[in-house]
Amino acid sequence: MNLSDVGLLTLEHLELVIVGTFFGGLAGFLLAIWVRRRPRWAASFLGLAEVIQTIPGIALLAFLLLALGLGNPPVYVALALYAILPVLSNTYEGLQGVDPVYLAIGKGMGMTPGQIFRQIELPIAFPVILAGLRVALVTSIGIATIGVFVGGGGLGVLIFRGLQTIDIQTMLAGAIPAALLAIVLEVGLSLLERRLARATASK
Amino acid sequence: MSWLADFWSTYGSQILPALGQHLILVGVALASGIIVAVPLGIILTRFPRWSSPIIAVVSIIQTIPSLVFFALLIPIIGIGLQPALLVLFLYSLLPILRNTYIGVRSVDPTLLDASRGQGMTSWEILYMVELPLSAPIIVAGIRLAAIYLVSWATIAALIGAGGLGDLIFSGIDSENTNLLLAGAIPTAFLALIIGFVFGQVRRLVTPRGLRAEVVTKRDLRTEVVVG
Repeated sequence: MNLSDVGLLTLEHLELVIVGTFFGGLAGFLLAIWVRRRPRWAASFLGLAEVIQTIPGIALLAFLLLALGLGNPPVYVALALYAILPVLSNTYEGLQGVDPVYLAIGKGMGMTPGQIFRQIELPIAFPVILAGLRVALVTSIGIATIGVFVGGGGLGVLIFRGLQTIDIQTMLAGAIPAALLAIVLEVGLSLLERRLARATASK
Repeated sequence: MSWLADFWSTYGSQILPALGQHLILVGVALASGIIVAVPLGIILTRFPRWSSPIIAVVSIIQTIPSLVFFALLIPIIGIGLQPALLVLFLYSLLPILRNTYIGVRSVDPTLLDASRGQGMTSWEILYMVELPLSAPIIVAGIRLAAIYLVSWATIAALIGAGGLGDLIFSGIDSENTNLLLAGAIPTAFLALIIGFVFGQVRRLVTPRGLRAEVVTKRDLRTEVVVG
């Protein structure tokens, strides 16, 4: 194991996380927009996403392994599934939280529903949506590490190899970058959210 | 149905002890987590100057993935049942501490003033006002910790803690689909059942006056971390 290995596996880890979260997040976002005018569906979709979220990572990966075989595919799908709930619930609640007065003002100014959505609702809800995305990303860094058990790549490979051969150096070579990735994402995105929330509030 | 009967007669004798071991891991870690983290969370609310850095650090530690957390601690504590229990206990502290702190802090200060004005001592205020009002949020933290623990305990099988994770990992290693399912299905159901039970407990401990309110759902949800 050398440093370039760690670099490559970190990149692969990020690729898994970003691609998986992108598709899951997109699904959550679109679902939230679709269900917010249909309150009866909202509860069932949120409930279903919450059930998926509750299933332990290794169990979900095991089910997906049976359906998709060994390798990165089950990891991508698991990451996407886990990304749905945080983005769905935060987008939904963020949009619901927009003060109706703003919507009335937009309407009064002659804005179309599309303009109201893009220029009023989305910017106001954005910090909350971003918080959902942050949770999804940080979660998926963790799920991606256990993806190694179903043949996935990424930093979990080093941790697992280290565990099997009781080689602490290899184990830490995977664990430390993975922990740092999660922490940097969490802290960085939290700071960004706070800035955005302040900017929105001061407008 | 005969498939299910066959499955059970083959794997039941493996599932039951693994499930029992899993429940012991989760139960011991959760109980000790509650005993330590709830009082600690309450104490934190009494020292506002220390609390925000501590809560910030706790939130950051909580983002460390499970497998990574085990890997980081193995060099220090080794492997086996006791180290696994220690890791599970440490991890269960985080959500409970955080939610206890947030819950107790969220109690309306005018209610505390009113209680003090009635001559209640600070212990009475804690037991009769602050804890009942923050109970739903504290229980939400305990629920989160319990769900995580079911998931974390499967990973703990890697360092020799036993439990349902053993079945999943040996199923993967030996490419034995049934063994894999014998571990994965009970694990998934256990997490769902525990989540549901604590959800009901949370509803039960919610004071009647608060039931109509939407208890800051997002606060409780943004910390969903699986793995």
